Amino acid sequence: MTPPLARLEWKVATVVDIRDETRRARTLVLEVPEWPGHLAGQHVDVRLVAEDGYQAQRSYSIASAPGSRHVELTVERIENAEVSPYLCDVLQRGDGVEVRGPIGGYFVWRSEDPGPLLLVGGGSGVVPLMSMLRHHAANARIPARLLYSARTLDDVIYRNELDALAATGGAEISIALTRESPGDWRGFRRRIDRAMLEEIAWPASEGARAYVCGPTPLVESVATLLVELGYDASQVRTERFGPTG
Amino acid sequence: MSDRPFIARGFHSRRPAENANRIPPGQYETRDFPVLSAGPTPRTPLARWDFTITGSNGRTVRWSWEELRALPHEQPTVDIHCVTKWSKLDTKWEGVSVDTLLALASDGGVNETGFVVAFSDGGYTTNVPLSDVKGGKAWIVFGYDGAPLPAEHGGPARLLIPHLYFWKSAKWVRGLRLTERNEPGFWEQLGYHDRGDPWREQRYQGDP
Amino acid sequence: MDEMRLDGNAAAGPLAELFARDITAAVATCAKCGRATPVGSLFDYGQTMGVVLRCNGCEAAMLRLVRTPGSLRLDPSGLSLLIVSVEQEA
Repeated sequence: MTPPLARLEWKVATVVDIRDETRRARTLVLEVPEWPGHLAGQHVDVRLVAEDGYQAQRSYSIASAPGSRHVELTVERIENAEVSPYLCDVLQRGDGVEVRGPIGGYFVWRSEDPGPLLLVGGGSGVVPLMSMLRHHAANARIPARLLYSARTLDDVIYRNELDALAATGGAEISIALTRESPGDWRGFRRRIDRAMLEEIAWPASEGARAYVCGPTPLVESVATLLVELGYDASQVRTERFGPTG
Repeated sequence: MSDRPFIARGFHSRRPAENANRIPPGQYETRDFPVLSAGPTPRTPLARWDFTITGSNGRTVRWSWEELRALPHEQPTVDIHCVTKWSKLDTKWEGVSVDTLLALASDGGVNETGFVVAFSDGGYTTNVPLSDVKGGKAWIVFGYDGAPLPAEHGGPARLLIPHLYFWKSAKWVRGLRLTERNEPGFWEQLGYHDRGDPWREQRYQGDP
Repeated sequence: MDEMRLDGNAAAGPLAELFARDITAAVATCAKCGRATPVGSLFDYGQTMGVVLRCNGCEAAMLRLVRTPGSLRLDPSGLSLLIVSVEQEA
């Protein structure tokens, strides 16, 4: 069900806090005036305008759960990019930044949606999935599983929070490290493949709802594999982040 | 309609320090080569590939891949400018001058008209005045930086018109249709400029 | 090779400038091949030039959108039907 949109306007948000998540990723905690609330999985557009009128604009997924007081964005710094180096290196507490949102009605999870809930993400694709997991933690009525692929353990965003979720049994968390892993690593040591999904994903007959997010090649590969494992295309929702995710 | 925009503290456009006089207004220099496509990468086998020039009189001249490659080659080194604001200097290409092809087309009975539509595998089109592809200004290129043109950058062959915004340099080009009137192509139908001169910032329809 | 492509989710912001409701959850029928797909799933090739949503099956351009300084230009001719589910009237 898609309600009418409130008029989508640019607003100047204030940075009230900054948290470094990994060497490349940082969470910005924003106070957005007249924020109408958001659904887990939605994103905002961020716009930067320079004195001479030069503009750059990018979309960032909301990491915070619906109902949280502030809007949190986790941004991964991409070398030589237009917007992320500014957000990660220059923006400070107290600065203003223009945002527009919340945006999106397809890649969203509502707590009343039937489950179980399967979340598969790569790199910064974990950000909207984290919003869903945080929302699930407050509203757990169905089981949830996350399969998250990152290059190394140091690149795993929200690591402590994911460990805590796994420890309390709030959700099942599996991590696949693709480039390098510690000697005592008990998770997966390779890219997400069919065998891994067979192990982690619920059988298609359970009626699980899957959300897949991250670099385009990963998303397309995982979505194809889930369909091969019997998932109906309508059970698999995707959000592609492009080549680097 | 809009209030004074909010200026992001410490955000600067990437204005060039060196080479400033080679960068058109509103552009910044890049050292990499961004890939922009309006659709999936086509994969036409060379055995089935051809290039045609068709006149408004219905006459067509056609070259197979081997026939195109047999024509005299040039190796232009040019600056290119994308309407999404990046410019790349001193790019090195290899290909056949459009002048060579137009002369052969004329010999083959194709009539000359004022405008051209370039068309590509996958359905992409773009339009330019004929004068913008004559006089040493345009090539059909199949080599980039000393190697065969990669598919993601338009290989096996693309149109190269470096003095215009790079969306006019149609990737995966398969031919030119000479037209009496200006026929807006894929992006021009949606508001991009019919000519696209970066030095006059002709990005959108209506830009002078 | 087509790893650059995004999807209809990336088009949600620009589309929201034009439509009264988010259409990324809407189901769109391809005018060329008849395939019905949620808009959020369609491949978006437009990048910074604009929105170009293509059918997942036949790759035809279903919807194109460009924002020029003074206009929003929409070519919806590749869509034969768009179904948005809305609140039921009492």
